[in-house]
Amino acid sequence: MGRVGRTLLASVVFGCFAAYWLTSFDAYSVFRGDDRLLPSRAPDGAKGKTLFAAGGCVSCHASPDSTDRLHLGGGKPLVTPFGIFYPPNISPDPDDGIGRWTGVQFIRALREGTAPDRHPYYPAFPYPSYRGMSPDDAADLFAFIRTLPPVKGKAPDHELTFPYSVRRGLVLWKLAFLNGTVLHRDPNRSTLWNRGYYLVEAVGHCAECHSPRNLAGAIVQDKRFSGGPDIDGKGAAPNITPDQTGLAGWSEAAIASYLKDGFTPDFDSAGGAMAEVIRNTAELSDADRLAIATYLKSLTPIQGQSRVR
Amino acid sequence: MNANRLLLALSLTAVVTVAFASTESIGDRQRIMKANGAATKPVVAMLKGEAPFDLATVQKSLADYQTGIATFVTLFPDDSKSGAKTAASPKIWDDTAGFKAAADKFASDAKTAASAITDEASFKAAMPTVLKNCGSCHETWRVKDAQ
Ligand code: HEC
Ligand code: HEC
Ligand code: HEC
Repeated sequence: MGRVGRTLLASVVFGCFAAYWLTSFDAYSVFRGDDRLLPSRAPDGAKGKTLFAAGGCVSCHASPDSTDRLHLGGGKPLVTPFGIFYPPNISPDPDDGIGRWTGVQFIRALREGTAPDRHPYYPAFPYPSYRGMSPDDAADLFAFIRTLPPVKGKAPDHELTFPYSVRRGLVLWKLAFLNGTVLHRDPNRSTLWNRGYYLVEAVGHCAECHSPRNLAGAIVQDKRFSGGPDIDGKGAAPNITPDQTGLAGWSEAAIASYLKDGFTPDFDSAGGAMAEVIRNTAELSDADRLAIATYLKSLTPIQGQSRVR
Repeated sequence: MNANRLLLALSLTAVVTVAFASTESIGDRQRIMKANGAATKPVVAMLKGEAPFDLATVQKSLADYQTGIATFVTLFPDDSKSGAKTAASPKIWDDTAGFKAAADKFASDAKTAASAITDEASFKAAMPTVLKNCGSCHETWRVKDAQ
């Protein structure tokens, strides 16, 4: 074998190792890992309750056969272009839920998309948004979830199409699309705006439905909030930037009121996937709903698709 | 008129009639829903304390809901699944019984409230149950798409 041949072989071998290592479960934490995962104070379950409502955990994790929305047994199918996800049991049950988890394991799941056994989660679990929560807030959320009733039974395995069925690929996805930083307040803006920024971007994951996505399933950032695709056959999420094709005609008070009772300014009533979101935002305080509205109205208007009224 | 032309004319008439029939029921059902919106506006203002309680207005809205929804469910012929900017979910035709049950529940909740509401306190207690029907029916049976 000539010199060139050897160099080529060496780089192919190296390339394979690099690709293998890059998709190994540790790669994300080596590059982006946050060693400030530890909370700085004792958890506050009451704050956790608000975050739980704003985060809409119930929408995906509630047991579909239970009338009590706080039974987090999981298993309600989430239909996506990549296949069907069955969100797991996150009740405090020690065997089937997350009852044996430590606080740090929970924080790492929520903020880094990494399981206690270090496998990466699918971003159908909206950790790309939740990563904006501080470890303190994530610990508050965990404290609240631990007060809920334990539920027996595991959710079925996801039914995903190839190549999405390969979890290893997610490590690359995370390296490419997951910004691991906590959301920082903007000192030039009001307290109300900052609260809204946090609730919309980190906790409420509103962008996850209200934005278009690229082929890898990641949000197209310069079109963020300008309207998203049909999710789960439940209709397209409209433009929520203050553009004519979006919320230009809505006052802050009108948006806040919609997030409480679902009525639009023309007294249409929210439907599709938003009806469930409003069940969650209805549990927030008036001040928090106004904060969300204030933040949405401060977004740069982006032209989106106009829609059936 | 030769046979070909006759055929053409006939089929054109058929096409126009079908298009017209479905557009008409879509328009009719959307008008009923718009009226629901209009009937709901003063009621919500009262619930929020932005307008004084007025029993006659509340009773009129409750009566309008009941007559409106009775006609509404008859306006879903097979040829009105799409077109004319309808936001009706195709599920309405897949599970007509389920859809009718949602409509019946709305009508019966409105009826129960109409007899229960005599003053502001009973209004505040009974009205939210009726209004929950708007969102819960839209959650399952209506899909707004981007155009
Ligand atoms: C849009 C749906 C959705 C929402 C909303 C959601 N989750 Fe999940 N969650 C999922 C899915 C799907 C998974 C499984 C991911 C996987 O298998 O890779 C998951 C996994 C998890 C896990 C890992 C459980 C395990 O056994 O490994 C935890 C913990 C969790 N979610 C907590 C939460 C919390 C707390 C919230 C609210 C702040 C929340 N989730 C909101 C869909 C969701
Ligand atoms: C699970 C997907 C999903 C999430 C998450 C979501 N939305 Fe929506 N949203 C929708 C859909 C679908 C509609 C259309 C509702 C309808 O058909 O009546 C909508 C409608 C709206 C509207 C009304 C816009 C209009 O023109 O009618 C506003 C305002 C809104 N959402 C704000 C939010 C905010 C704020 C959040 C985060 C707290 C959020 N949404 C999270 C799916 C979602
Ligand atoms: C039994 C189911 C059902 C109930 C109950 C219901 N709706 Fe609707 N509504 C629909 C459907 C289906 C559509 C879509 C019709 C279409 O576009 O063909 C709709 C559409 C609408 C629209 C849009 C009309 C337009 O301009 O196209 C408004 C406004 C509306 N509903 C208001 C209400 C209000 C307010 C209530 C409660 C007082 C209510 N609806 C209760 C099923 C329902």
